[in-house]
Amino acid sequence: MPDPAGLYRTVRLIRRFEQRAIELVHAGEIVGGIHPCLGQEAVAAGVCAALRPEDQITSTHRGHGHVLAKGADPARMMAELAGRTTGLNRGRGGSMHAADFGVGILGANAIVGAATPIAAGAAWAAVRAGADRVVATFFGDGAVNQGVVLETLNLAALWRLPVVFVCEDNGFATSTRTEAATAGTIAGRAEAFGVPATRVDGMDAQAVLAAADAAVAAARAGGGPSLLECATYRFDAHHTWEHVARPRYRGEDELARGRARDPLEIQGERVPSAEREAIDAEIEQVLDDAVRFALGSPRPEPADALEFLYADGSRPRAGALS
Amino acid sequence: MTNISYLKALNRAVTDEMARDPAVCVFGEDVGVAVTNVTAGLLKRFGPDRVVDTPISEQAFTGFATGAALAGLRPLVEYQIPALLYLAFEQIADQAHKFSLMTGGQARVPVTYLVPSSGSRPGWAGQHSDHPYSLFAHAGVKTVVPATPEDAYGLLVSALRCDDPVVVFAPAGAVGVRADLDLAALAPVPLGVGRVHRAGTDVTLVAVGAHVHDALAVAAELEGEISVEVFDPRTLHPFDWAGLAASLERTGRLVVVDDSNRSCGIGGEIVATAAEQLRLTAPPRRVTRPDGAVLPFARELDLALQPSREQLRAALRSVVKTAWEA
Ligand SMILES: Cc1ncc(C[n+]2csc(CCOP(=O)(O)OP(=O)(O)O)c2C)c(N)n1
Repeated sequence: MPDPAGLYRTVRLIRRFEQRAIELVHAGEIVGGIHPCLGQEAVAAGVCAALRPEDQITSTHRGHGHVLAKGADPARMMAELAGRTTGLNRGRGGSMHAADFGVGILGANAIVGAATPIAAGAAWAAVRAGADRVVATFFGDGAVNQGVVLETLNLAALWRLPVVFVCEDNGFATSTRTEAATAGTIAGRAEAFGVPATRVDGMDAQAVLAAADAAVAAARAGGGPSLLECATYRFDAHHTWEHVARPRYRGEDELARGRARDPLEIQGERVPSAEREAIDAEIEQVLDDAVRFALGSPRPEPADALEFLYADGSRPRAGALS
Repeated sequence: MTNISYLKALNRAVTDEMARDPAVCVFGEDVGVAVTNVTAGLLKRFGPDRVVDTPISEQAFTGFATGAALAGLRPLVEYQIPALLYLAFEQIADQAHKFSLMTGGQARVPVTYLVPSSGSRPGWAGQHSDHPYSLFAHAGVKTVVPATPEDAYGLLVSALRCDDPVVVFAPAGAVGVRADLDLAALAPVPLGVGRVHRAGTDVTLVAVGAHVHDALAVAAELEGEISVEVFDPRTLHPFDWAGLAASLERTGRLVVVDDSNRSCGIGGEIVATAAEQLRLTAPPRRVTRPDGAVLPFARELDLALQPSREQLRAALRSVVKTAWEA
């Protein structure tokens, strides 16, 4: 049952979170930059709305949307981007590794395609434990040409694992168009392994939710994996450093056409304007607080740079002679 | 006392841990029929939920083990040949190993990766004969190379109980070694603690894996001429620097034998650390494979590239004769 206001709220949260984060990148408060998912928010919102709190996700280098939609605290997420000890990962992960195990986020992953087998393994462990958890694994169109993703589709299908493979086809892998990198089709890759694939309008959060609901229900009922191919569009740069190098791989016309189908507007039209304004105001407040919390939080001590390297608490010997 | 092989000791370690801890499970190719012998009897005893035959998909099943570990299991992943670690290097060194730090301590990834026949096997040629333990030690992944049946048992048990990823290399030259052991007395061997197999006063011979047996043979041969202390680090990362320091306090001289390629190999690290920080009264030596070696097929060529007893004898004799310039 779609909750139009709830979906709108998530899309709006992701949109404004990233806009605020980009400001902090330009202000030098977030070092290293970020991969914004502006334009792609409906995929994260729709898929995560189909999940229960105990369900899990894995995410990508472009993961803010997934992480926020799955329920991470925006303030701790912002603190993570700013490299503070109060961050989700205590400032050790940053944008590309954001994780929150408490709400089922097994981590954003900076290696394209690498999180898919991790999701499958977590799903296998859930089945083995008799839990009815589902794991959704997000990846881009570029990842469908990674061997490990295809290997994982095979395993997940073979063992009927409760995994929902969510491909965000935003048209590009950095500057390379999907059709320039991908022989055959994305759905065809899944179908080759007997995994049902659905192509969905990734700009429409409700459409994504409907498809995700079906995929999640099938997985939970023991029906095995499926793939959602979400057609979406990236409104902004691949990464915030793109504003420096300004590589040209798409024209203004194309950008304008893409931006015309804005998931925020599409979902916003389904929510009464008074309610929408209240949500907008609430989110501004949440993000003001998040930025204040992040920038007011302590930075980690250099002496603790290798804390957490080993789960057993040990630290390696120093690299430089003292 | 029972006469038990190294491979059987590995098998007992997995069996005992699976019986003790229901979170332990096994993934690998043909583990059901136990083509490597390590998993013999496990499928029958523990069932297909815990002993999982995988397709030939090293990247997927290695990453898969990470996910299973994040969900609370303690997988053992078996690789049929050492070169497969190159395929899975990303999943081990870049994923499993980095999860704890990158998540700020939220995650632990207790996966054990086992290669039950690493290094040269006669006639297996270029792509089956590498011994890539130095790569993992370099990356900071816990790396274990047991030399004897009791250490194979004890170190594999500790690896399976460790909350971090651990790669266990069982050298091809050691897996056939047998020992008379009291099976009831087999016990975990802590990671990061070396073992002095033979005490000596003239020179410390650090030997890794199967070369411990060569080192002991050469030390016995040279008895009366040179008193050789044989030190087996057992774990290459973390390394027992205190144990090595204590040995060098006794001898002051060092030879290292390491069955990996010379440049950037663990042998180089041992020699460098000794030179920087430990008591050395003479320049150290190392006996290794050559830089960038690829083992050729013909037996005499294969052997020509591996550390030999002849090289060990020569290195020991030269090290006891030399001293730093005054
Ligand atoms: C295996 C791998 N190769 C290359 C890179 C560098 N890289 C980072 S993001 C990216 C593009 C990924 O494209 P896609 O999967 O479509 O996701 P999108 O960026 O469009 O969200 C590349 C090539 C990487 N991180 N991992």
